[in-house]
Amino acid sequence: MDDNVTSNPQKNFFEETEGRKGIFKWILSTDHKRIGLLYFYSIISFFMVGVALGLLMRLELLEPGGQYIDANTYNSAFTLHGVIMIFLFIIPGIPAVFGNLILPIIIGAKDVAFPKVNLLSWYLYIIGAFFALSTLVFGDGPADTGWTFYAPYSVNTSTNVSMSVLAAFILGFSSILTGLNFLVTMHRMRAPGMTWMRMPLFAWGLYATAWIQLLATPIVGITLLMIVAERFLGVGLFDPSLGGDPILYQHMFWIYSHPAVYVMILPAMGVISEIIPTFSQRKIFGYKAIAYSSLFIAFVGYTVWGHHMFTSGMSGPARIIFSILTFIVAIPSAIKVFNWLATMYGGSIDLKPPMLFALGFIFLFLIGGLTGLVVGALATDVHLHDTYFVVGHFHYVMFGGTGFAFLAALYYWYPKIYGKMYNVKQATIAFWVMFVGFNILYFPMLVVGIMGMPRRYYDYLPQFHVPNIISTVGSWILVTGLIMVIINFIKAKKISAKEAKNPWGGLTLEWTVQSPPTLFNFDEIPTVTSGPYEYQDKEER
Amino acid sequence: MSEEALQHAHDEHRDDAASKLGMWLFLFTELLLFGGLFLVYSIYRNLNMEDFHAGSAHLDIFIGAINTVVLITSSATVAISITAIQKKHYRLAKNLLWFTIIAAGIFMVNKYFEWGHKFEIGLYPGGEMFEAMPGGERLFFVLYYFMTGLHGLHVIIGAIILGFVIKEINQGKQTHDNFAFHENAGLYWHLVDLIWIFLFPLMYLII
Repeated sequence: MDDNVTSNPQKNFFEETEGRKGIFKWILSTDHKRIGLLYFYSIISFFMVGVALGLLMRLELLEPGGQYIDANTYNSAFTLHGVIMIFLFIIPGIPAVFGNLILPIIIGAKDVAFPKVNLLSWYLYIIGAFFALSTLVFGDGPADTGWTFYAPYSVNTSTNVSMSVLAAFILGFSSILTGLNFLVTMHRMRAPGMTWMRMPLFAWGLYATAWIQLLATPIVGITLLMIVAERFLGVGLFDPSLGGDPILYQHMFWIYSHPAVYVMILPAMGVISEIIPTFSQRKIFGYKAIAYSSLFIAFVGYTVWGHHMFTSGMSGPARIIFSILTFIVAIPSAIKVFNWLATMYGGSIDLKPPMLFALGFIFLFLIGGLTGLVVGALATDVHLHDTYFVVGHFHYVMFGGTGFAFLAALYYWYPKIYGKMYNVKQATIAFWVMFVGFNILYFPMLVVGIMGMPRRYYDYLPQFHVPNIISTVGSWILVTGLIMVIINFIKAKKISAKEAKNPWGGLTLEWTVQSPPTLFNFDEIPTVTSGPYEYQDKEER
Repeated sequence: MSEEALQHAHDEHRDDAASKLGMWLFLFTELLLFGGLFLVYSIYRNLNMEDFHAGSAHLDIFIGAINTVVLITSSATVAISITAIQKKHYRLAKNLLWFTIIAAGIFMVNKYFEWGHKFEIGLYPGGEMFEAMPGGERLFFVLYYFMTGLHGLHVIIGAIILGFVIKEINQGKQTHDNFAFHENAGLYWHLVDLIWIFLFPLMYLII
């Protein structure tokens, strides 16, 4: 019976066109897997643009003084790099791609709760992306404010800030709808028997994320609309010369944008919580602690935004309170890391590519997290604020953390979605190239930041030359690794029948369906009778 | 899978509790959207107490009060309409929705006269009277236009959605045991009402 199914699989979701032809079977489909792939292809394309801008900036910083681009172009480059990477890649990244592809299957559902809204949020994403990139062509050049759009400069600059800000607003709306959809999906559509405490941890990560998307994004939405109103109507909501308060803008901006950092990292932690037990073949240690710590991070994450503004002008007590609260966020993050390590302890660890990237995540996130405490501490932050230390810190968290987790998720679920397997050996080599290149690129930034090099300048003093050379060389190595990753995926071959369903020996529901899955994922909705990581029980049987 | 089977599989999934939960979550985001504005309002009010007081004196409490009564009444008619459809009184349900839409129209017409009058006397960003005002009073009017404008936009959107509900009742898509869209539209309308109930005292009454 089982052999019969594998030799004659049902039409998978690629083949099931629902009567649509050509491009319409993608852009009109409400199937969560097709929407996930739409997101995947668009997000990767924008990521490439962001990478190219990053490379350009590193190239400019190879030597002190201006070489290839002038100061204004550099300003636009880091703004666009930030806007693309934050709003188009890392915020939607794991939730929109892997949340869409995997979440319904992993909780045993046919689709998300609102498939049409799901497609709408992709369209909003594309419109937002169009707005963001259109500044390259229309108006007086791309915004040069940095991705934070700080007033009053964002109100007064002649560059095309309005378009970028509107883009961020629309993308925020898309993010809200995705979060709303996932929340309802998880509340209403879990398979029978899947209690909250049997829900896989990737879903828990998305659950906490969705609440942040829902409750924080509207604040930045309205703030950005106020910036647009200010620019078009010439009124002074934040411009001090017209009676406004620019510090208030910073508060309003970070009330969203700090929680947004957890929108970026929580799904990544969810991915890691899936991969570690699978490749250790061991029940996850501290399931409840990991699940609840996601919620705890989401909750405390709301209250720490002020640590972005230690040098902006805030009362002493407010700064101290924000600093203490920032330390508290480290606790749930550390709980997760220790639980992952404890899960691996005594397990039979299999260093397949997903696991390598997961371990890379832990290492890089550790550096990112600990340097986060350095800038979260009030006294040290006053020294390090707006230096390259901050740039190094958040690239360790965002790229080393979320970026590596994105790749880990891709290596983990690629066979499931495409029914193809990449070359494991090449993937391993690519990992090491990326990992080495990453540290060569970003570690010197931490050092040069402590030495005092400010961020966001196209030029620097001669004493910062050597670390900048190392850093730029690192960027080339990292990009080489990325290219190897992409080529490997493109050249992936059809997976063998033996491995097709469950190449890694995972126990969550997505490994019980065929690869690629059918349109409705399950012939019959499964009934769940145990937690998702009961590896030891399996051995006993 | 055949076309019919696909269609069937799509139709099969109906979860009113889910769509209501989704609507409530969406309403949270709306509250926070306005919440950001309320936050800005309260901070600037605190910084410019006198000027906000002076700005508030320019508003016509009478028109504001009429609009408040109109909106609260319209909220009631939507609620009754949702009860009516459950009792299969389709005609009554539709009439009550029409009443609500007309109330929305009255609200917007009042708003038009209110804003129009201010524009006439130069009380708008760039206008003579506006530019002569002190910073805090200008902030008051910027927030007045921004907040009541955004609210007005919600009134229009809400009325259009209620129009679609009437259309769906006519088409037989909203029935006594399948009225999730009707109910969600009603919830949205209550939100529009609720925000005005906060805007009215903040702008007109508190002095």
